[in-house]
Amino acid sequence: MATLIVDDKEIDVPGEYTLLQACEEAGAEIPRFCYHERLSIAGNCRMCLVEVVGAPKPVASCAQQVRDLRPGRDGEPPAINTKTPLVKKAREGVMEFLLINHPLDCPICDQGGECDLQDQSMGYGIDTSRYKENKRAVEEKYMGPLVKTVMTRCIQCTRCVRFAAEIAGVEEIGAIGRGEDMEITTYLEKSLESELSGNVIDLCPVGALTSKPYAFTARPWELRKTETIDAMDAVGSNIRVDCRGREVMRILPRLHEEINEEWITDKTRFIWDGLRTQRLDRPYVRKDGRLQPCSWTEAFEMIASKIKSAKPERVGAIAGDLVCVESMMALRDLMEKLGSPNLDCRQEGSLISNEQRANYLFNTTIQGLEDADAVLLVGTNPRVEAPLVNARLRKLYLRAQARIGAIGPQTDLRYDVEWLGEGPQTLQEIADGTHEFAEVLRSAKRPVIILGMGALEREDGQAIMHLAAQAAAKFGVVSGASEDGDAGWNCLNVLHTAASRVGGLDLGFLPGDGGMTTHDMVSAFQSGNLDVLYLLGADELPLSRSASTFIVYQGSHGDRGASIADVILPGAAYTEKNALWVNTEGRVQLGRRAAFPPGEAKEDWAIVRALSEHVGAKLEYDSLAQIRNALLKANEIFASIDYAPGADTAGTFDLEKVGQAGPIDGSPFVYPIRDFYLTNPIARASKTMAECSALSAEALAQAAE
Amino acid sequence: MLQDKDRIFTNLYGLQDWRLPAAKERGAWNGTADMMAMGRDWIIDQVKESGLRGRGGAGFPTGLKWTFMPKEIGDRPHYLVVNADESEPGTCKDREMMRHDPHLLIEGCLVASFAMGAHACYIYIRGEYIAERLRLQEAIDEAYEAGLVGKNAVGSGWDFDIYVHHGAGAYICGEETALLESLEGKKGQPRLKPPFPANAGLYGAPTTVNNVESIAVVPTIIRRGASWFAGLGRPNNTGTKVFCISGHVNKPCNVEEEMSIPLRTLIETHAGGVRGGWDNLKAVIPGGSSVPLIPKDICDNVLMDFDALKDVQSGLGTAAVIVMDKSTDVIKAIARISYFYKHESCGQCTPCREGTGWMWRVLERMAKGDAQTSEIDDLLDVAGQVEGHTICALGDAAAWPVQGLIRHFRHEIEERIDAYRSDRPVPVHQAAE
Repeated sequence: MATLIVDDKEIDVPGEYTLLQACEEAGAEIPRFCYHERLSIAGNCRMCLVEVVGAPKPVASCAQQVRDLRPGRDGEPPAINTKTPLVKKAREGVMEFLLINHPLDCPICDQGGECDLQDQSMGYGIDTSRYKENKRAVEEKYMGPLVKTVMTRCIQCTRCVRFAAEIAGVEEIGAIGRGEDMEITTYLEKSLESELSGNVIDLCPVGALTSKPYAFTARPWELRKTETIDAMDAVGSNIRVDCRGREVMRILPRLHEEINEEWITDKTRFIWDGLRTQRLDRPYVRKDGRLQPCSWTEAFEMIASKIKSAKPERVGAIAGDLVCVESMMALRDLMEKLGSPNLDCRQEGSLISNEQRANYLFNTTIQGLEDADAVLLVGTNPRVEAPLVNARLRKLYLRAQARIGAIGPQTDLRYDVEWLGEGPQTLQEIADGTHEFAEVLRSAKRPVIILGMGALEREDGQAIMHLAAQAAAKFGVVSGASEDGDAGWNCLNVLHTAASRVGGLDLGFLPGDGGMTTHDMVSAFQSGNLDVLYLLGADELPLSRSASTFIVYQGSHGDRGASIADVILPGAAYTEKNALWVNTEGRVQLGRRAAFPPGEAKEDWAIVRALSEHVGAKLEYDSLAQIRNALLKANEIFASIDYAPGADTAGTFDLEKVGQAGPIDGSPFVYPIRDFYLTNPIARASKTMAECSALSAEALAQAAE
Repeated sequence: MLQDKDRIFTNLYGLQDWRLPAAKERGAWNGTADMMAMGRDWIIDQVKESGLRGRGGAGFPTGLKWTFMPKEIGDRPHYLVVNADESEPGTCKDREMMRHDPHLLIEGCLVASFAMGAHACYIYIRGEYIAERLRLQEAIDEAYEAGLVGKNAVGSGWDFDIYVHHGAGAYICGEETALLESLEGKKGQPRLKPPFPANAGLYGAPTTVNNVESIAVVPTIIRRGASWFAGLGRPNNTGTKVFCISGHVNKPCNVEEEMSIPLRTLIETHAGGVRGGWDNLKAVIPGGSSVPLIPKDICDNVLMDFDALKDVQSGLGTAAVIVMDKSTDVIKAIARISYFYKHESCGQCTPCREGTGWMWRVLERMAKGDAQTSEIDDLLDVAGQVEGHTICALGDAAAWPVQGLIRHFRHEIEERIDAYRSDRPVPVHQAAE
């Protein structure tokens, strides 16, 4: 700790603090543009100048550490002033310089109202400009369909450059030119090839980089902000949904250090136009081969008649990737009442069991990855499956120089990876200790093994899981909390790709005794051995319309599931309901309703509840509070909101209970996500996502040439 | 006045052969191994005692700078980097040294590297200096062949490699940390300090960056003794210095002279006097384009050294004396210098990026008289907002000439504005678009 005096106030701060952090600690406000906590220090905007007593010049407080300050002549602690005329003049000077070539087009700028430059010029600037020359104009740069550029507004803080190079791992943004002519550009003026590119919009302190789809649509002060949870992947990023009226206008990240820090993926950010199109806003029934609008009662009666006439074991239900815990709970209870054991939430077809919770969670936790010293990726491409997990891995790679090995087809993960092999036999070799990477895991103190759906959705998925557990057991890296304060470590991780999956497993939305799995139901469907199939937002199944099976589709978008359905029940999208999701770490998170579902669409659990009355199996809950109570009775973990168990149960690790020993198939892993931008019905309804998808396909084709 | 026997650069004009045998005859490489045998600390002490101050412009004591390097070589290697990116307008001393006395520099590199525990030395040479680079490389090859550098250099047991790196012609790469960035293959932009290069310099390793002249004089200082060097010039401003005299003089030249020589003596003895006589002198920029100019009345008596020029609010800089006689449009001259800094600003930090262009544009108008007298104070204020607020010293270098102009020639700017305004209507201010 070092002592220093900030504006006559003596404080103790760690020596590695920057002066800016120290000043904030002392309660002094320091304006800044280029400084950002999560990026390297550039020190180039000069807005954060402070006076260090004894120094000949003002000092950039973001760039100097407290330990570099020298004490006074008589050993008194170094003193910093942030409110003296010298500092005031310095700030006014820098602000004047920043504004002389800034267009001051705030009335037509999308950043208006939430602009750092606007705010700080009010706080630290002077009221007029002495600059009488012509202002500089800079040509627009093309940065793809997501980021709109107005480069004349750029103040060259280089936050975007540093973000691209450091966090995203793509050196696609840079500054060219010198002096006044310095310009931020994508060099070749091509679309940014990063799943995290939208974050530069938040980082940009001015209106140089703004959201292209959101351009000129709303002002920040007209928007109603709702803090909720993202459902695009299993990470469960914390987001803020901004609505005007009932329309979602944009989606922004919310700070959560343990999950998404302050980033979100492009899919999370730009999905919102998909929430407006292809919506199911009224019930439909298929009459004479065509889907026709109908009333809720008509739809329910139709379903009830089919269910009542079918044998329970010929009724099945599959839950999709975006659904919330409450709706799965309601459907599970309904199926139970109907006496059908055929239900499955594992739409991808894996056989992950829910016997032990740690066996299907990301046990190191996302933040815990930063402590890792070796990583083995098995059948997963985190860059598209969970870009924010990938960003953490990149952070780990940059900071700790940890060795990262991967088993699966080679792909670009934005950091250096040792490609060990393509199929499960490499994992076998590692588990046997014959592979050289086994030594890396053995010598590591905190290794991490991440199993992706590419490994687990195969038929031998459980055998692969068991192999990974064997490796973990062998290298002794699953340990419970010890008495000396060590929180324990569980190196086994499952990286899910669907927001609903962990919740479904926690709930036991799984086949009952003798029940059919997703795979079985699909086969039964194809062979005509299924009378009713209830698809709860399940759109990724290889099904086509069949005369022998009556398909009920409940969901928000008219996608694959709806096109083959006999009855459509319009549900709410993830932004339109108060609901729970459980992320891949096992963290239960509370989503809040930002807007109402369109038309006659209803919240999903309520639809199932209403249907239950028609089929004569009335569910016992009538309100959200009641269903949540029932939920807690079913599994108490739903009470611990925002808690990731991590290594809590690592002490009771039992190799025999993880996966199932069995033969493995030598074929290479296939990553589950082929197109990052089109993984779910909402994304497929989004024009922005379609554009991104087309561009990335083009880039891939070019790279292949 | 410096006597011939006290000259260090005896082939500054290239009248003799530059190659190794001739250089050896002039004294280069004489007793180098013996010097090194005296040990690192002894060499640094000698340099300290000689009072040598850095010749690149800032005048930081060279010996002191060398002591900032870690005493022991840790897990990171040490580097010496020689700054031969001589780009300061008016300055052309390093060029002549590298062209005609390259072996003095190479020997200096060895001695200095040894003193700082560096096994490798990089000479970063200005992009435009193509003949000099070839000449220097040839001299280095000679030295390698003669066993003066390389493994067991001059039989001292010290392994030493020397590399010439060619810049791309950016003024900012003469700033030591920008030079290191450029040397590492990055865009030449100054780094934040601290950490200083002696802690984390080239590739993050301890590094010292010295000017060509600072390094090239070291072997001779040690050969002849620190007290000899310290005996030249005034205290704290010791030794000899190569002055580059250009502009309105009869015979522009480079000349090695004693420090603290009166400016008038320097010009009249070596440069054939001011064009049209001393009384035709208007102003002198005494240390390269980045220092404030001094008008004739100061020039009459000022001594050419760090402290004397600092006392008259200017600086010795690189000792590039730019002489301007009464025919000079001094406002235009400074406007041209301002343009240079606007052109060479790296664009990294705000005050320099925005301020240099602003100052240049205002000065261009002032050179025509198309300005308001109130703008003179605004300009001075803007220069003050740039000076001392930037990452590197380029902001200062851009501000000082402007401040010097206004300090000494404000009346001339006012007259110019009045003359321009006299037959024009009073302007109405327009908001900047």
